[in-house]
Amino acid sequence: MMRLMLFVLSALLALAPLPGVARAAEDADLKTLVDQLASDDFDSKIASIRALGALGDGRAIPVLKALEDGALYTTADHKLVVAEPADDKFKLYDPVDHAGLGEATEDAIEKVRVNNRMRGEIDAALGSLTLFSSSASDRLAAAQEALRHPLAERAEGLQKAYAAERDSQVKPALALALAAARLRSGDKEQRLAAIGLLGSSTDPQVRGLLLDLRGATDDPDIKRAIDAALGSIDFRLRLIGIAVTLFEGLSLGSILLLAAIGLAITFGVMGVINMAHGEMIMLGAYTTFVVQQLFRAFLPPQWIDAYLVAAVPAAFLVTGAVGVALERGIIRFLYGRSLETLLATWGVSLVLQQLVRTVFGAPNKEVSNPSWMTGGFELVGGVTITWNRIVILVFCFIVLGVLALVLRRTTLGLHMRAVTQNREMSAAMGIRTAMVDALTFGLGSGIAGMAGVALSQIGNVSPNLGTIYIVDSFMVVVFGGVGSLFGTLAGAMTLGIVNKLLEPISGAVLGKVVVLVAIILFIQKRPRGLFALKGRAAES
Amino acid sequence: MASGTFIKVLAFAGAVAASAALAPAQAQDTIKVGVLHSLSGTMAISETTLKDTVLMMVDDLNQHGGLLGKKVEAVVVDPASNWPLFAEKARELLQKDKVAVVFGCWTSVSRKSVLPVFEELNGLLFYPVQYEGEESSNNVFYTGAAPNQQAVPAVEYLMSKEGGEAKRWVLEGTDYVYPRTTNKILEAFLKSKGVAAEDIKINYTPFGFSDWQTEVAAIKSFAAAGKKTAVVSTINGDANVPFYKELANQGIKASDIPVVAFSVGEEELSGIDTKNLVGHLAAWNYFESVKNPTNEAFIKQWHAFIKNDKRVTNDPMEAHYIGFKMWTQAVEQAGTTDVNAVRQAMYGQKVKAPSGFVEVMNTNHHLSKPVMIGEIQPNGQFEIVSETKTTIKADAWSPYLPEDKGKVADWTFPWVCGNCTEPKYKALP
Repeated sequence: MMRLMLFVLSALLALAPLPGVARAAEDADLKTLVDQLASDDFDSKIASIRALGALGDGRAIPVLKALEDGALYTTADHKLVVAEPADDKFKLYDPVDHAGLGEATEDAIEKVRVNNRMRGEIDAALGSLTLFSSSASDRLAAAQEALRHPLAERAEGLQKAYAAERDSQVKPALALALAAARLRSGDKEQRLAAIGLLGSSTDPQVRGLLLDLRGATDDPDIKRAIDAALGSIDFRLRLIGIAVTLFEGLSLGSILLLAAIGLAITFGVMGVINMAHGEMIMLGAYTTFVVQQLFRAFLPPQWIDAYLVAAVPAAFLVTGAVGVALERGIIRFLYGRSLETLLATWGVSLVLQQLVRTVFGAPNKEVSNPSWMTGGFELVGGVTITWNRIVILVFCFIVLGVLALVLRRTTLGLHMRAVTQNREMSAAMGIRTAMVDALTFGLGSGIAGMAGVALSQIGNVSPNLGTIYIVDSFMVVVFGGVGSLFGTLAGAMTLGIVNKLLEPISGAVLGKVVVLVAIILFIQKRPRGLFALKGRAAES
Repeated sequence: MASGTFIKVLAFAGAVAASAALAPAQAQDTIKVGVLHSLSGTMAISETTLKDTVLMMVDDLNQHGGLLGKKVEAVVVDPASNWPLFAEKARELLQKDKVAVVFGCWTSVSRKSVLPVFEELNGLLFYPVQYEGEESSNNVFYTGAAPNQQAVPAVEYLMSKEGGEAKRWVLEGTDYVYPRTTNKILEAFLKSKGVAAEDIKINYTPFGFSDWQTEVAAIKSFAAAGKKTAVVSTINGDANVPFYKELANQGIKASDIPVVAFSVGEEELSGIDTKNLVGHLAAWNYFESVKNPTNEAFIKQWHAFIKNDKRVTNDPMEAHYIGFKMWTQAVEQAGTTDVNAVRQAMYGQKVKAPSGFVEVMNTNHHLSKPVMIGEIQPNGQFEIVSETKTTIKADAWSPYLPEDKGKVADWTFPWVCGNCTEPKYKALP
């Protein structure tokens, strides 16, 4: 009743001719609509959100944003407030003018419930409110939102925004949004023009809009135009699909490569069947977790994004040291006895897993992505490339490049290659072979640790993280050719791309089986893998 | 691996001060309770807390004078997410340790693996997880939800106006018996509601899957057909973490493509940053955010036992709470831990549950439970957006599958059967 009276009152005020009064009326309108958000009924809340969007008052923007973020609460006397947590209490503010309203405990206030239907409406309302915002990124978001939920009644507003728009990025987005809004309204000319324009898009959502309209219309001209537009969209979508599959394959390949590079050293160069390789990756991931916790505990919050950079050398040193200890403590006694090495390193892998489980606990650890690795960017309409994949792809090539440099250009690399090719001769030349063995194994383990840093960003950090990757790593090294870094690169990328090509056709489960069978057959044909080492070294 | 578990077992047994290993002389004076949950491997993420829940209940029972005048002792084993090992460990618990009851299993494949052992040795298993139904064993009490208490209401919610009126469905699951059977039921249900076959996409991935880019991109393009699309996820275990990360990174918002999950609760979310997942849903019969005195006491008890105020509670933990309470009530009524007597005493057993409802054990070995649908919040908790007014009785056999037509699960006279179309015995006229 009260609400109704306020409504009538505000309606009367809105009719008043004086500008000052009109302003007051707008205030009253805004206040009424905002207060309506405190209602228990979703329909009434949605009506209020729609009205706020249509009102065009910029002051509604922070209110709607607060609602979407779950910061709007009602007090015991049904007043709507914005509540911000401060220690164990909440600071209360007026939602419209942000005036302080004191404090309250958690029990004294109740959150305004939001569901997905409301979230969609809030986005739409924010979209129409920010269409004329001064920030270009806000306007772009508004245009994309309008494209996603095209409404005929928005066409006019979009037309105005389009005419006023100067930004070269926002303008085409607005044109698309306007076209989408006109699909169902406007005269035939306008609709045909809109269809033509939408045909130039690559957004699968636009395709959905057109498909929808095709089912709803009877006009043969429009149907023909839609078919042409759909044809051109589908063609482009197919091209993009191929490009995206390739990228996904490279991305999976980069992960396989990272997991396998360390093994390419310990297994490929030294010939040690190191079953504990996966656990080195796991230790690297846990080092990342520890570094993150240290950053959280001891450094100001704005530094947290840098933790991953610090984790890379930390993981290298930790796992490298574990690797050296492992080589000095166990493996050096077992050179030349591959079966014993296999069993011993497998035992070590179990010990390491249980050690981590005892120290950190069995549940997975949460490793957060730094903000520069979250989200993605839209390559073209509808295709999102995520940042974490790109960072890992780049990181993997840096690691591979640095490793190749170390092996080719440094004394250590020279010694390593010498010792693996002819141990006695190297010793005779004065190389301390025992030390080189330890360092080589440490290097391989350290690289596995760095892989762990990267893998912590896309998968789970759990004590059995290593077991997931150990099979894949051996597969890559054997397939690529034992002892050849380039072979490892080619092997990883091939497996990645083949996996991703198969996945949509056969499903992820069968895809893996097919790849394994193919590798077994391939190894029958070429036992030394893709890039076999040639010459005397390969014979031994 | 075994040694670490053993140390843990010792530690916990020490806590309840009734370990057979430490005090073998007391062995006759204790009632043994078996705990069969993976403490390592891919399911450890979900199952470790269930072990702790049983230990908490045992601890609580002993503090209140034990059961039938005896101390209760938990025997913890680790089947390590290894399905055949579950059967071995179950046999060990029943034959060697002679436990009175076992609380255990999460995945359906592990339950299927131990089922013949429990039936052969006439053991008693309390299974605490929502599952695919299609089963009613005389030796198992199912304290989680059947499909009509979770999967079907969740899909109905997404079809409703409040849920966004979804018209197109992606059923995304881990490749094993639970997701496959649930999806079979859901597919039949969707088709009975007039959803066309081309509007349903079903996809499976292995346990522990981590490379979700192709799957998520496929969901995106499937959703681009001009109809509101929803994803029903029966993904189990830690594969959920990279799945949700990928969803967030590819910018899939809950208001565009909502994802409703049946195996993701507060515990699974504690490993994920949920800021970008707000609005995605889960269907359960309990959420930690439920407000009532029983739940507050439950959460308090959990925090006190685990000595960490940050740890969350979830639905399967609540199911173990209910199951354990019911079992102790039944043992007290029967005056013995004999399986046949306890089973009879279980029927009609009532417990005031943390969900806020009084839950009843039915003669089909399943509970009557409320159904709740919650949306993920930025703090990793769920906000309930829909819940039933009363409890709903579980259907062991789905009315939507043609092959289940007429099947009845009722372990009391005259049926005495978990899978019959007519009663085993006939009453005299």
